[in-house]
Amino acid sequence: MNNIQKNRWKDQAFKFWGIFCTMIGLVLLTIFIGDILIDGIRRIDWDFITDLPSRKAENSGIYTALMGSIWILALTTIIAFPVGVAAGIYLEEYAKNNKLAGLLEINISNLAGVPSIIYGLLGLEVFVRIMNLGASVLAGSLTLSLLILPIVIVSTREAIKAVPQSIKDASFALGASKWQTIWHQILPASGGGILTGVILALSRAVGETAPLIVVGALAYVPFAPQSPMDEFSVMPIQIFNWISRPQAGFIENAAAAIIILLGITFIMNGIAVYFRNKWQKKWK
Amino acid sequence: MEITMENPKKKDVVLDSIVDTSLKKTPKIETKNIKVWYEEFNAIKGISMSIKPNTVTAFIGPSGCGKSTFLRLFNRMNDYVDGFSLEGKIKINGQNIYKKNVNVEELRKEVGMVFQKPNPFPKSIFDNVAYGLKIQGIKDKQLINDRVISSLKQVGLWEEVKDDLKKSGLALSGGQQQRLCIARTLAVEPSIILMDEPTSALDPISTAKIEELIFQLKQKYTIVIVTHNMQQASRISDYTAFFYLGELIEFNKTKNIFTNPEKKQTENYITGRFG
Ligand SMILES: Nc1ncnc2c1ncn2[C@@H]1O[C@H](COP(=O)(O)OP(=O)(O)OP(=O)(O)O)[C@@H](O)[C@H]1O
Ligand SMILES: [Mg+2]
Repeated sequence: MNNIQKNRWKDQAFKFWGIFCTMIGLVLLTIFIGDILIDGIRRIDWDFITDLPSRKAENSGIYTALMGSIWILALTTIIAFPVGVAAGIYLEEYAKNNKLAGLLEINISNLAGVPSIIYGLLGLEVFVRIMNLGASVLAGSLTLSLLILPIVIVSTREAIKAVPQSIKDASFALGASKWQTIWHQILPASGGGILTGVILALSRAVGETAPLIVVGALAYVPFAPQSPMDEFSVMPIQIFNWISRPQAGFIENAAAAIIILLGITFIMNGIAVYFRNKWQKKWK
Repeated sequence: MEITMENPKKKDVVLDSIVDTSLKKTPKIETKNIKVWYEEFNAIKGISMSIKPNTVTAFIGPSGCGKSTFLRLFNRMNDYVDGFSLEGKIKINGQNIYKKNVNVEELRKEVGMVFQKPNPFPKSIFDNVAYGLKIQGIKDKQLINDRVISSLKQVGLWEEVKDDLKKSGLALSGGQQQRLCIARTLAVEPSIILMDEPTSALDPISTAKIEELIFQLKQKYTIVIVTHNMQQASRISDYTAFFYLGELIEFNKTKNIFTNPEKKQTENYITGRFG
């Protein structure tokens, strides 16, 4: 076999290996979703969404957990979005070459890899106990905000980095200050990337369970939260709770709730993709 | 302290090429023994020159000799470059522009810049030209409107774009984009315009249009242009400065540089024997 043939053979082999690997992921995901759909789709109706939890599987709904997740999501967005984006702007545009920034940068990348339960412990100590917020929606949101901040900061920086230097130069050369350049050029140009990052980070937050359990989210809450100080449950905890029950009815409930949770994540990812494409188009 | 804003229009416009410039007016730009470092690297090695108002000065020299570095000193665009440091004095309109309390934003309104690659903002044609005014906080719609129109007219773009001012600046051709960038600079009403190889990315026809434009702009503005094109330098400039390895080798009337250079290096360069 000469060299060319050898390379061609390697090429083919690698191609099939790649297809095989891609298929594993896709097939498993399809089986999983199919299985869940078969188990749960019949259970989903308006009552399932609006019913409070109950001891009987047929009467149980996800209302409190769904509302809890929405509250958590909204508050986490309100907290993590401005803080993360501001930190990203600061690190990328203002503190580029100082030592402190270098240190912060290493720490932030490390934080992104810290297991989420550790954030839960931090939240328990700082927000629940020291700040005395109790096992509230606010404490949970603050904890999740910490968890996703590194992702928001990193994706903000990446988006800002992608803005061509020539645009910034043009703005400065016309007498714009740094802040004006950030506000009028950099943010509009990187907005798609920033939003994509934030939404992906949030869609991770919706699925988080461990840190919220540590903070004290409950498996059973009789009512949906009315204020940030109320106790709460979230979808993943509700699912976990139902799955651990022996009765078949609860397993069906769990499957139905998983479908809804997956739906929420898919929609959020879809919105992220939409923003990314829309912004890309504007730049071409 | 602020850089004084002279209104170029009110000044008496005398044809520099006819009247001996040494007799009139203080220099527009004056540098004294300028040295620039990037970290340890000495990019400019002690350059003194003065540039007269309402003239076109061409900077020529081989790649890497420091033309852009020197040009970007005049609007302080090197300020944010890592490791940049400067020694010496630069005066514009008689004011030292590197003094501590100089307002750099004000300076850049007085000293505009056009870049090598056309770099319109991803905004509409109108917003591109209006940007410099908007960031100054000007809200007067009429004034902005007038200034946008007159700037587009000055660069000869008005007829081509007047019906789609809302179109993105990025949708224009390269040559149109570059004229848009010049219009954007004019709208701020600077008195000096710096151009760093403004036509090197353009086709011959667009280049000719911009050269024609530079010739007209000389009436109102002082122009400094970096170019690698010897014909361009000889066509449009009144003065030419030849740089080599961070030094100013020769600076004289363009006519003299191209017909009767004093230094052997200059002659070698313009005749294409090196560089
Ligand atoms: N940001 C920078 N950091 C370090 N060195 C730099 C930087 N910018 C320029 N230099 C160096 O300074 C010298 C002068 O560069 P400059 O860009 O001024 O040259 P130029 O004459 O404009 O070249 P060209 O004709 O290729 O545009 C070069 O040797 C270059 O490598
Ligand atoms: Mg250059």
